[in-house]
Amino acid sequence: MPKKLVLERPKGFYEKFERKPGDKSNTHYCPGCGHGVIHKLIAEAIEDLGIQDRVIMVSPVGCSVFVYYYFKTGNIQVAHGRAPAVATALKRANPKAIVVSYQGDGDLAAIGGNNILQAANRGEHITVFFVNNAIYGMTGGQMAPTTLPGMKTTTTPYGRDEDNEGPPMKVSELLATLDGPTYIERTAVWDNKSIAKTRMAIRKALQCQMDGKGFSMVETLAACPSGWKVDPKNQYEWMLENMQPFFPLGVKKDIRDERESWHRTPRDNSAEEVSEALDLNVPDPKLFPSEYKKDSYRNPSIKLAGFGGQGILSAGAMLANSAMEQGYHSSWIPSYGPEMRGGTAYCFVNISDQEIGSPTVSHPDVLMAFNRPSLEKFEADVKTGGLLMYDSTIIDVEPTRTDIEVLAVPATKIADGLGNTRMANTVMTGAYLAQTGILSREAMEQTIPKALKRKNLVDANYLALKAGMEFVENQ
Amino acid sequence: MSKILEEAITVVSPEHCKGCGLCVISCPQDVLFQIDGFNSKGYHPADYTGEGCTGCGMCFYACPEPAAITVYKKGAEHDAA
Ligand SMILES: Cc1ncc(C[n+]2csc(CCOP(=O)(O)OP(=O)(O)O)c2C)c(N)n1
Ligand code: SF4
Ligand code: SF4
Ligand code: SF4
Repeated sequence: MPKKLVLERPKGFYEKFERKPGDKSNTHYCPGCGHGVIHKLIAEAIEDLGIQDRVIMVSPVGCSVFVYYYFKTGNIQVAHGRAPAVATALKRANPKAIVVSYQGDGDLAAIGGNNILQAANRGEHITVFFVNNAIYGMTGGQMAPTTLPGMKTTTTPYGRDEDNEGPPMKVSELLATLDGPTYIERTAVWDNKSIAKTRMAIRKALQCQMDGKGFSMVETLAACPSGWKVDPKNQYEWMLENMQPFFPLGVKKDIRDERESWHRTPRDNSAEEVSEALDLNVPDPKLFPSEYKKDSYRNPSIKLAGFGGQGILSAGAMLANSAMEQGYHSSWIPSYGPEMRGGTAYCFVNISDQEIGSPTVSHPDVLMAFNRPSLEKFEADVKTGGLLMYDSTIIDVEPTRTDIEVLAVPATKIADGLGNTRMANTVMTGAYLAQTGILSREAMEQTIPKALKRKNLVDANYLALKAGMEFVENQ
Repeated sequence: MSKILEEAITVVSPEHCKGCGLCVISCPQDVLFQIDGFNSKGYHPADYTGEGCTGCGMCFYACPEPAAITVYKKGAEHDAA
């Protein structure tokens, strides 16, 4: 790199901070704020490394929430503590991008503690700039996991008491124990020498990602004069006196030389690969019905609801699986009550000849109610023109809606006649098949053995399916 | 008219300065100071005494504001006559 003759506003910054309301030439940071110093070092490194058009900065929540005002790079601002997860996605989707997660200590070590841990452990190819100012700056100076012993904050008015709040968290040391990370260093911005070291560390961390060597992080001890209630002119002394003893500077892990460049090979998730792994049968050509009995039966969103133990979830899974056997797109989402048995259980199933956008269902086309509370609770949600099926053996009230199709199925009684009331779910499923015709009996029969844990019940369930179908056909 | 500088100089843009004083502390030659007057935001901006700058760049890196300080090293082009 040719030696620069002029040190001026780095090109990694916008010339004008257009996104910022009001003053568009200064930062929003307080006088003396460490974020500003670190921003400048990052912006300069981005310029010097020639990676400006590849960098995506992930802004956190905290005083640096507006990182995207300043850096002339790709930008995204994310939920509190979640920058490493978003950075992971950005990097995996754009392996050529240089993805930077910029986070404060409240963001990274408190609410986002697990996020950073997992990303580091996975060895994500991202670079994290972690600004440790030992406090929550943005919200007015509350204790952070990194707050120093004895330090007064708005939430530790007597000073941080290690007996009560624990000692300051040493995140760099913690992450360095993991196999995943490649390079982790703690630096500071408290004098010329430490600033120069931070400058180098930032470059090393970015270079690490550019070289495909995996996870890099620089933790920088930085000033928050406002949160500390310290005059910026005294902040260096304050840091040396208070921060230095607890946060030893230096390289905590560096295996850049030993580690080969490596890149994740994205799985192609082809239909063939997925069906083989999950032991599914993907038929070709698709076995959709050529015509639907009613337009409203096409591409249903279904809600099944009842007590835990009634087989609600497995009936839903059987529907979704047999839809797949027939080449439909399908989804199944269970919702468990707090109790395994006796509590409410419901699940959502979507069956569609189109791709499914969202698997959740707030207004179902079809409601299968297996107990009275479910009928009473969810009847109102059914779409106009939709289908409501309910177990009339157990439910002693009748639906009141007149703008929907209602089908009473004495499912428990029919199942009882076959020797096991627990098969009411399969009876109901059979009734649904016969009523709508959207799924074939064959597809369902292929699914039943896979769905049942107790294989001796397979034949009985075939009979239950048939009985449910016949109930509708003979109406 | 730009000329090639024979000595380094540091230029503070008063309107970009927040008067934190970090540059003053960082300067090994002690050639920066804060003026008694105010800028439009009410800060005492920093300034260069006009003599003795070595172009070491310490003040540039200590300053939290992107555009407050520019250091022109010896041999750089500069507009001032
Ligand atoms: C989900 C959520 N919880 C809490 C908050 C409130 N909050 C905003 S910033 C912040 C802490 C920021 O501290 P830090 O990460 O240390 O950054 P600093 O402001 O010191 O740079 C908190 C708790 C929020 N915005 N969102
Ligand atoms: S509150 Fe602290 S961290 Fe936030 S801008 Fe001010 S000095 Fe910086
Ligand atoms: S470049 Fe160095 S000598 Fe010149 S004003 Fe800045 S810190 Fe002082
Ligand atoms: S460090 Fe920057 S903002 Fe602070 S007084 Fe010096 S020029 Fe002004």
